[in-house]
Amino acid sequence: MMFGSIDPALLLASVIVASVPIILAAIGELVVEKAGVLNLGVEGMMIMGAICGFVAAVETGSPVLGFVGGALGAAALALVFALLTQYLLTNQVATGLALTLFGLGLSSLIGQGYVGIKPPVTEDVPFGPLADIPFFGRVLFSHDWVAYLSVAVVAAVWWVLRSTRAGLVLRAVGESHDAAHALGYKVTRIRVLAILFGGAMAGLGGAYISLVRVPQWTDGITAGAGWIALAIVVFASWKPWRVLLGAYLFGGITVLQLNLQAAGSAIPVEYLSMAPYLITILVLVIMSSGRGKASLNAPASLGQNFHASR
Amino acid sequence: MKRRTLLATAALGLSVAFAGTAMAQDKTKACFVYVGPIGDGGWTYQHHQGALAVQAEYGDKVEVQWQENVPEGADAERVLTQMALGGCNIIFTTSFGYMDATNAVAAKFPDVKFEHATGYKRDSANVSTYNARFYEGRAVQGHIAGRMTKSNKIGYIASFPIPEVIMGINSYYLHAKKVNPNVELSVIWAYTWFDPAKEADAAKALIEQGVDVIASHTDSTAPLAEAAKTPGVIGFGQASDMAAYKPSPRVSSIIDNWAPYYVKRVGALMDGTYEQADAWEGIAGGEVEIGEITDAVPADVKAEAEAMRDAIAAGTYHPFTGPIKKQDGSDWLADGVTAPDGDLLGMAFYVEGITGDIPK
Repeated sequence: MMFGSIDPALLLASVIVASVPIILAAIGELVVEKAGVLNLGVEGMMIMGAICGFVAAVETGSPVLGFVGGALGAAALALVFALLTQYLLTNQVATGLALTLFGLGLSSLIGQGYVGIKPPVTEDVPFGPLADIPFFGRVLFSHDWVAYLSVAVVAAVWWVLRSTRAGLVLRAVGESHDAAHALGYKVTRIRVLAILFGGAMAGLGGAYISLVRVPQWTDGITAGAGWIALAIVVFASWKPWRVLLGAYLFGGITVLQLNLQAAGSAIPVEYLSMAPYLITILVLVIMSSGRGKASLNAPASLGQNFHASR
Repeated sequence: MKRRTLLATAALGLSVAFAGTAMAQDKTKACFVYVGPIGDGGWTYQHHQGALAVQAEYGDKVEVQWQENVPEGADAERVLTQMALGGCNIIFTTSFGYMDATNAVAAKFPDVKFEHATGYKRDSANVSTYNARFYEGRAVQGHIAGRMTKSNKIGYIASFPIPEVIMGINSYYLHAKKVNPNVELSVIWAYTWFDPAKEADAAKALIEQGVDVIASHTDSTAPLAEAAKTPGVIGFGQASDMAAYKPSPRVSSIIDNWAPYYVKRVGALMDGTYEQADAWEGIAGGEVEIGEITDAVPADVKAEAEAMRDAIAAGTYHPFTGPIKKQDGSDWLADGVTAPDGDLLGMAFYVEGITGDIPK
């Protein structure tokens, strides 16, 4: 089955790969925001993950260690954010923005000696006969392990937030840190852990860009993916599965518009290029109107600093 | 006592500041504005190589300053104003999108020289423009593409619909078509100069639709990295040699060599022979270089491509030589006529045979 020269199986497979970095970064940020912290430094953490992952993979020759390195590098940057906002009580918006600028600069510095090097290849997971199933084999069983991990992380976050005590405590901290503190929960410690998780996930997403999607290092390689991830969290109204949906929708339309162009579609290029952003805005408007407003779903203590002075 | 110390310090500070200005006037300060990071491995990297060549040539007599990642638009104007106020004597703005900002700021600082790459507006006497005839390199690439493609589908990742890019597409297509009448060209407009992930996605979309030769007009090496994943797909280095992807997928490249121009202009400013200019050099002038054609290309194709390069350098062959018709079938160039520079610099049409429309 083909639409013009577009093969839908290849298209869907590309969509899944193109969405992985945004899914990982967005699900991490979702946890951070659920704990009541607004970290706008996703872009900076992603690019730190991209370079640290790249360096680790090139130096050790192992893509798996590369992803570990990416997660650790970005988590280290997130730790800076945690120290500043949770212990020194700096403004979260300003600190987050500064974190992005810092991450972009630092990654460029670390990456000086790594331009033009090829990283070790991340192999696809061997599914054997499953990969030979027509259509579904190509779409579902032809990816590397990180693509599957991204979906697994979404499922895990959904389950933890919904059904576990840890998830309940995390949400309590995000909704009312004073009440959570009064109940004896360590608000600051919980938030720091959430920030570190968010950093690690953003780092994995960044490492995916430099190790799989583009396979190389250049300055500014994430090119705004972190900001898209931030938008996706709002888009998803802080619900894990909607993050997946939002990322696939955004990634899908991005890939589709490039494919339509290559296929020589009659739709003017301007409309195709603006489509991903236009549709994101449209969905945001639809979702935030009427009952179950997206804005009402935001954690009540989002962006507020906490100090146990009372 | 304390007040006296303070006054002394202030006086010292002032004298240092004056000494600073005096020194700055001895030196010629050359400033560069880059649209991407120096580490892009392509366009900006090559401009920076030119800036370093200026420093190497004149040593202590010049001070070179640059700023990376300057967005096209209002931010560019602020950066340019800052540079002009900061004592820059000559400012090179190295992307098409800085055109209006360059002219606007130049009008306010008549004593500072402005050099705008790839543009065509010279509103005040202190604005010069310079460009390179990239379409000459595209002709060589098109020849290789037409001879190398097995699927008869070739691709072009374009950035913005400006004459410089359209010229490249036309030249690439004409020369592929000349050696392979069955060739079809797919163009993707990325609407960015630098976004590695998007450039890679564009290359991927082309490859998935059967394209096996990809030329790119964006700044990073991402399309080559994507091409490397699929055996049999080849591409070209753009702006820089991109030698890391030799011998395949990178089978050749267009190298922008800005160093001679930068050295010449800064030198002219220093010895007082500087004049407003509209420079447009190509292979012959050394501004466009064809990177090594690798062994992934058969020897006869390589020889033909090199012969074309040499003919262009010698001035015996012009990549736009008639008869050439426009996409709508109307005549552009009659038999044997070469394209006037004015037509090229304002090019806003595809040549006959290319499908699709140029975005407006």
